Amino acid sequence: MRLGFNFWLGAGLTALVVLAGILAPWIAPFDPVLDADLMNSELPPDATFWFGTDGQGRDVYTRILYGAQISLTVGVVSQLINSIIGVTLGMTAGYWGGWWDDLVNGVTNVMLAIPSLIFALAVMAVLGPGLPSLLVALGLTNWSWTCRIARSSTLSLKSLSYVQAAQTLGYGDLRIMFTQILPNIMGPILVMATLGMGSAVLSEAALSFLGLGIQPPFPSWGSMLTDARQLIQLAPWVAIFPGLAIFLSVLGFNLLGDGLRDSLDPHMRTRNP
Amino acid sequence: MTASLLEVDDLHVRFSVSGGGLLGSGRRMLHAVNGISFKLAKGECLSIVGESGCGKSTTALAILGLQEPTEGTIRYRGQPLTGTGAPGRMQRAKAVQMVFQDPYASLNPRQTVRASLAAPLRLHGITAASEIADRIEVMLGNVGLTPEQALRYPHEFSGGQRQRIGIARALILEPEIVVLDEPVSALDVSIRAQIINLLLDLQEKLGLAYLMISHDLSVVEHMSDRVLVMFFGQVVEEGGWRDIFEKPAHPYTRRLIAAIPDPYAEQNPLRQQDRLPGVPPLDGRGFASDCSTAPDVFSAPARSELVEIALGHRVRLVPAD
Repeated sequence: MRLGFNFWLGAGLTALVVLAGILAPWIAPFDPVLDADLMNSELPPDATFWFGTDGQGRDVYTRILYGAQISLTVGVVSQLINSIIGVTLGMTAGYWGGWWDDLVNGVTNVMLAIPSLIFALAVMAVLGPGLPSLLVALGLTNWSWTCRIARSSTLSLKSLSYVQAAQTLGYGDLRIMFTQILPNIMGPILVMATLGMGSAVLSEAALSFLGLGIQPPFPSWGSMLTDARQLIQLAPWVAIFPGLAIFLSVLGFNLLGDGLRDSLDPHMRTRNP
Repeated sequence: MTASLLEVDDLHVRFSVSGGGLLGSGRRMLHAVNGISFKLAKGECLSIVGESGCGKSTTALAILGLQEPTEGTIRYRGQPLTGTGAPGRMQRAKAVQMVFQDPYASLNPRQTVRASLAAPLRLHGITAASEIADRIEVMLGNVGLTPEQALRYPHEFSGGQRQRIGIARALILEPEIVVLDEPVSALDVSIRAQIINLLLDLQEKLGLAYLMISHDLSVVEHMSDRVLVMFFGQVVEEGGWRDIFEKPAHPYTRRLIAAIPDPYAEQNPLRQQDRLPGVPPLDGRGFASDCSTAPDVFSAPARSELVEIALGHRVRLVPAD
């Protein structure tokens, strides 16, 4: 199996974010919240403060490392929720058809008609700000495309004769869905999930920017951008580095998704001799 | 006469299709199969021939349990396969299996050959690894593949090899009846003979009964013991292969036979249809239809009946008053 440059670049960037998040307590030179020192505020990057300091004199580098934890958790957990909901609904709707298909289609269309960020805002308004409600809000709002892709892939696979063969061999419906259909629709679903991780990171940043996500003083890339808004002309590094972190992690997720799709395609797989 | 393994009696399948009206108005019934009856004996090959849309595949799907019949019964060894009290997929799987037309769509691309043969065995209660391995090896040998090839994925095989895998999968549960849906029509001409001979060898070796669905009359002629000619969901003629190929009576059958390409046509000045023997006397009764016009699939066919004109050779005629 030969993986392209893009895959490795994506995997590298993703690994960088994962390592930053996991190792933050050990490799961060300061505390993200408590080491505020107004005497040091708005310092440009130097040897002590690699990425400079923000308005309260906190180290931006430290806060970005800790922010990776939030972004990763939001990306992975919300996409897991999205994929499970989307695949379950889409695959069963495509396989069984009938009234269940009509119902799932109706709900999916309603979900698609509501702007997901607005819907997430509404959920956050009900649940209150904070990480758990952020996960629920983003997990419940972005499954419609996954559901559509799962449904249409299932529909096209259902008519193939290996699915009929499984029926004549005595497989039950659930077994057919799990052994015959799911492995063959995983490629696009996985790509959707990794691309969705990127957009979940963006949504988290947007919600935090709007003040509904992670609450200050705890660091998330989005809330750091909110804080940077007033300083952007005086201390651009306060905005540039969180923005760069968002950009690189979203790019990483997207490249990883593309690379995974290619490697999961069985036509590109060769047997080990 | 051996006891029949499979009995299909007066099978009807109708589909409700949208007439295109608003709010689901104008729904009509499409008559796909209109009263098919036949018996299949152990070790026999019965072919159903006819043009696309004549209901032959729907009949096969009904036998496999993939299509619920609207009316009629299907019995396997005297036990009903349809209606209430019909067996589930599991019991049915050991009776009837199918070899599919397209060897590229009939194998799961993410399962190795071994996995696609082992999973049904495990599902049917064979859990000992050694027994699974033995049965797979025997089956691969039966269809002319080596055990090493079992570790490969379908895309690593040619069309003919894939069809061998499809045959192995159909036979792994040791069914008595195998439905062959155009088993060679998707294959390269040079491979067809190999697969046909493999099917004939396996039939003899394992005592299988074949129900073959085909429009390729040269394959039908080579493999069948008996032939059913279908048109618009009805049998228009049935008989032993000699009756059908040497003494076809119904105009539709005669046209089908005449359409077989004849490599010696140049040497024979007569058109092939003219070389067929004359239609046997039918007691002055006419054919129900000569099948030269497209039928109205949304209404039931006019009344007619199958009349025996020779032993085991029956033709559809207008009803006797």
